[in-house]
Amino acid sequence: MTTTDISPRTQTSDYAIELRGISKAFGPVQANKDISIKVRRGTIHGIVGENGAGKSTLMSILYGFYRADAGDILINGQATEIPDSQSAIRAGIGMVFQHFKLVENFSVLENVILGAEAGGLLRPSLSRARGLLKDLAREFELNVDPDARIEDLSVGHQQRVEILKALYREADILILDEPTGVLTPSEADHLFRILRGLKEQGKTIVLITHKLREIMDVTDDVSVMRRGEMVATRPTAQTSPTELAELMVGRKVLLRVEKPPARPGKTVLQVDNLRVVDSQGVERLRGISLNVRAGEILGIAGVAGNGQSELLEVLAGLREAEGQAQLRGEDLPLAGPGAGAISRRRQGVAHVPEDRHRRGLVLRFMAWENMALGYHHDPAYNSGPLRMNNAAIIHDTEAKMQHFDVRPPDPMLQAEGFSGGNQQKLVLAREMERNPEILLVGQPTRGVDIGAIEFIHQQLIRLRDQGSAILLVSVELDEILALSDRIAVMFDGRIMGERQPDQTNIQELGLLMAGMT
Amino acid sequence: MDWIMVVQVLDSTLRLATPLLFACLAGLISERAGVFDIGLEGKMLAAAFMAAAIAYATGNVWLGVASAIVASVGISLLHGVAAITFRGNQLISGVAINFLAAGLTVVIAQNWFSQGGRTPSLSGGGRMPRLDLPFADALRDVPVLGPIYSGILSGHALLVYIAFLCVPATWFLLFRTRFGLRLRAVGENPAAVDTAGISVVGLRYGAVAIGGVLCGLAGAYLSTGLSAGFVQEMTAGRGFIALAAMIFAKWRPWHAMGAVLLFGFLEAVANRFQSIEILGVGLPVQAMQALPYILTVVILAGFVGKAIPPRAVGTPYVKEH
Repeated sequence: MTTTDISPRTQTSDYAIELRGISKAFGPVQANKDISIKVRRGTIHGIVGENGAGKSTLMSILYGFYRADAGDILINGQATEIPDSQSAIRAGIGMVFQHFKLVENFSVLENVILGAEAGGLLRPSLSRARGLLKDLAREFELNVDPDARIEDLSVGHQQRVEILKALYREADILILDEPTGVLTPSEADHLFRILRGLKEQGKTIVLITHKLREIMDVTDDVSVMRRGEMVATRPTAQTSPTELAELMVGRKVLLRVEKPPARPGKTVLQVDNLRVVDSQGVERLRGISLNVRAGEILGIAGVAGNGQSELLEVLAGLREAEGQAQLRGEDLPLAGPGAGAISRRRQGVAHVPEDRHRRGLVLRFMAWENMALGYHHDPAYNSGPLRMNNAAIIHDTEAKMQHFDVRPPDPMLQAEGFSGGNQQKLVLAREMERNPEILLVGQPTRGVDIGAIEFIHQQLIRLRDQGSAILLVSVELDEILALSDRIAVMFDGRIMGERQPDQTNIQELGLLMAGMT
Repeated sequence: MDWIMVVQVLDSTLRLATPLLFACLAGLISERAGVFDIGLEGKMLAAAFMAAAIAYATGNVWLGVASAIVASVGISLLHGVAAITFRGNQLISGVAINFLAAGLTVVIAQNWFSQGGRTPSLSGGGRMPRLDLPFADALRDVPVLGPIYSGILSGHALLVYIAFLCVPATWFLLFRTRFGLRLRAVGENPAAVDTAGISVVGLRYGAVAIGGVLCGLAGAYLSTGLSAGFVQEMTAGRGFIALAAMIFAKWRPWHAMGAVLLFGFLEAVANRFQSIEILGVGLPVQAMQALPYILTVVILAGFVGKAIPPRAVGTPYVKEH
């Protein structure tokens, strides 16, 4: 403990935030164990860690969402109690959540003043905020139309509104939770310019992310969390992505998957002029044409929401479309009977959905029950027209769990009892172990920790080398670059262009993702 | 059809629209804050009973109105405890309130007055007095303006005027004040309100309580203004008609006024024309009286455009990060 000779008003501490011995448990789960960290004032401090490492819990404690079971919080050197968000705001802390906390049908101005109004009537608050926003826009490249409604803004602009909200409340400390997950590379660059500008003004920024490249680019210091503990803090200049990944996982990790060159064979899937209009009358796919050959991975890059999900759904038989498609040279119906998911599975189209909780698994079902989903007609799983052969399914599940290193390898455990990475391995095992003609895979490593990412990537390459065609949809550019043999970029329901991974770079792909050619 | 008849129908339109308007605004405020209020009917009924009972006992209608408000707010807070504090199902809680009110009012009325579940007829100070607007008499014979001012607008109980003043007041509250901004925000995205450091629970209780006050006024007017005493089930589905009007109005105060005037007009027409002949076929009186309810069903079935409710309505707020 430092002594308190300094008078409380001088605020001469070099640290904007100091946490001492913070612990927090949710039931039997110890989310934070005796965490201590110091964040220097006027710096960008990164916090990395796998999913469930306790980063978000720690920041929620700092923002007054949860109360720590033990430990002290010092803001600018002074012990501070933060029982609720109001206290956090008063202490000068602002937070930009991963899922924005904006009122969608309110204007930017209304969102900015919400909770920080100047008085009982709105008009004076609104005009005050309008003036302040103009200043902030000039100073920090934070341009947003103050009268636009949130739902009409791009995700990047919505995020700026969140930052403006914090600055309007005169935050000195800004916490950002996974801020780039939803941004294009150029939007992310813009965000980092804003953050550097804020740093120069003396603000302190805490950046929570799992993207090591961002940590290396933008932070001054970096702390690593693993399983609820703070395992290390380093000046960014004195560490490397490899070291950080090792600290996060607790063992050596291959950041780049070993990939022999592809030996593509015959065309497996050929799609021409695919069109989808959704129930609101919006055209989601505007004439998609592509082909995937045996033994290659076609990566579809793009910012979420540009039609990738619809494309996967059409190909998997979950949504009807116009256009032509051929599988191994035979017509693949896109509407009507024969266009459903069951027919697709029979024809050798396997699908790993983007959202494993909603579509990939029934969380309340046990692992073995999930293993039969979609393949429940398999004769090996049935012992008659009415009776399923549970013993055979369980036996098969055990083998597949073994092969895919699912932990714990217990077929009787409910799906929700597995970690995100192991849930994903269950889905992948179900779809990949049948050696499909083509594997459609959406966001294979979303919410999956680094150790499991490495394994999943290896398995995808293995399936490719066995001669399956793979259509990979991912919003993670690094993943697309690491796995794909060809890359197609989607924007607004169209394919903006196709590139070879070794002849392109993030900047070029980023422009395509933003609709520029 | 002569002009006197038109004036009569429009005059009673205002009176019949009044309880609907109070209830509709009550539902509007509650749902704008994210809490379903299907118990409008029950709250109105309980308020109608309390107003009549206390007005009869004391001979003072304003004491009756005050007790009606107390009863209605009490029930609202019960709904609040179930729906906000304990995060129960808001529809079930509302339905329960409707049953509770329908049963309790009759049982208590029988116990207090022994008149078959009704209160004795109100007279004198127990009824709501009618107010003549200034110069109503002087203007009575002016053409056009006279019938409108003296015949339609003047001569209603105070609560009728209060109801229609509540429309601009509600609009101002929702769209021009800090409280209104927060209230609308909590009905759209409570997480945004919570992270801004404002109490979601407090705001929702506030909205539900305001709804209680308005339902209290609706019920009091029903039993002491529109009629002279309480009878069993006297709300006759007005709470649900008010809900239909609220959806029809897409949760906007001025539109709500238009919607309840339409319903009030249909009811007034049905009361005035007991039977009507269309193309030589005589429609029975029941067909006329069913008109407001038929319109309700049509509206609720979604034939009147797409009504988008506040996004968070019906979902209890659970803090997550």
